[in-house]
Amino acid sequence: MTKTEINVDDIVSSILRTGVIVSALIVAAGGIWYLAQHGAQLPAYARFASEPSDLLSPRETLREAEHFDSQAIIMAGLLVLIATPILRVAFLVFGFALEKDWTFVGVAALVLSVLLFSIGH
Amino acid sequence: MTLLTFTLIVGAASLLAGLLGALTGLGGGVVIVPVLAIAMHVDLRYAMGASLVSVIATSSGAAAAYVREGFSNIRIGMFLEVATTLGAVLGAYLTSHMPKPAIGVIFGVVLLYSAWASMRGHKPGSQDAPSDPWAQKLRLEGDLPTPAGPRHYHVYHLGFGFSLMGVAGILSGLLGIGSGALKVLAMDRVMKIPFKVSSTTSNFMIGVTAAASAGLYLHRGYIDPGLAMPVMLGVLAGSLAGARILVKARVRTLRIVFSFVIAALGVQMIYEGLTGRL
Repeated sequence: MTKTEINVDDIVSSILRTGVIVSALIVAAGGIWYLAQHGAQLPAYARFASEPSDLLSPRETLREAEHFDSQAIIMAGLLVLIATPILRVAFLVFGFALEKDWTFVGVAALVLSVLLFSIGH
Repeated sequence: MTLLTFTLIVGAASLLAGLLGALTGLGGGVVIVPVLAIAMHVDLRYAMGASLVSVIATSSGAAAAYVREGFSNIRIGMFLEVATTLGAVLGAYLTSHMPKPAIGVIFGVVLLYSAWASMRGHKPGSQDAPSDPWAQKLRLEGDLPTPAGPRHYHVYHLGFGFSLMGVAGILSGLLGIGSGALKVLAMDRVMKIPFKVSSTTSNFMIGVTAAASAGLYLHRGYIDPGLAMPVMLGVLAGSLAGARILVKARVRTLRIVFSFVIAALGVQMIYEGLTGRL
C-alpha cells in the first residue's frame, strides 16, 4: 500500500492563508488609490442603489480592473477572497479522491457545485 | 463628512467589531452590521454585503491556523457544509424578497440569542455511548489533541445537527453573517462534539457558507467595494488581534460586558426595525 506524501491539512491551511493575504493586499492597494481619487467626495451609502452597476459580475470586474479602475481593483481583491473557500473545497475533492474516500468526494463535489452555482448564477 | 473621514471611522469601528467578535467568539459580522446600520446610517443591504465579505476573511484567516493545529474536524465540516451552503443560497435569495424592517427584527433576535449563548459559556461533557450509526458510517469521529495526547470523541444526533446547520446557513445568507453561534450550538450541544472542535470546525465552515451567498450578494450589488474595503480590513485586523489577546488573558468578565453590548445592539435593531427607521 502506497502512502501519499501529501498532507491535506497543511495544503488546506496554506490555501486559506495565501488567499486571505493576497486578497487583503489587493484590497488595501485599491483602497488607498480609491481614497486618493474620491476621498474628498461625500459618502452615499444611506440609500441602496445597487451600484456600481458595472461591477456586478466577476467578468465585468476583471475587465474594469485591467483599466486600473480603483473600485474594480478592490472588487478584484474581494473576488480573490470569495474564491479562497471555493478553492479549498475544490482541493478537498482532490484530497478525498487521493484517500479513495468516494463518499466524501461526492460530498465535497456537491458543496462545490452549490458554490459554483451561486457565483455563476 | 468626506468619504475619507467616513472610511476611517468605518475602519476603526470594524477593528473594534472584529476584536469584540473574536473575544466573544461570535465573529465580527454580527457586530458590524448593526453598528453600520444604526450608528453610521448605512443601508442595511450595503452593511450586510460588507459584513459577508469580512466574515469570509476572518474565517479563512483563523481556520488556516486551527486546521494546521488539528482541532478542526474537516470531515464533519465538509459534511455539514452541504446543509449550510444550501441554506445560505436559500437565505440570500429570500433576503432580497423580504422587507427591510423584517430583516432588522430577525437580525435583532439573532443578536439577542448570540449574546445569551456567549454569556452562558459551555460545560465540558464527555460521552461514552457509541456514536450515531450514520456518523460511524461516514467516519466523522475524531481525536482531540490534548496535552495528555489525543482524546477520541464520538458524534451524536447527526440528523438534528444537520438540520440546524441548514437553519444556520439560511440565517447566514439572510443577514450577511457567519452564524457562528448557531453552528457551535449544533455541534457542541446537539452533536456533543468537544467545544474546541465545535468552535474551530464552525469557524472552518463559516467561510464556505458565506461564499455560497456571496455570488447572489455580488449580482445584486450588496457588496460595494468602497464600503467593503474598510470593513474587511478592519474586521480582519481586529479579529487577529482578538485571537492573540484570547491566548494570553482570561476574558470571562470582558465577555460578559461585551455580551451586554451585543444584546443592546439587538434591542436597538428590533426597535428600529419595528419603527421603520432602518
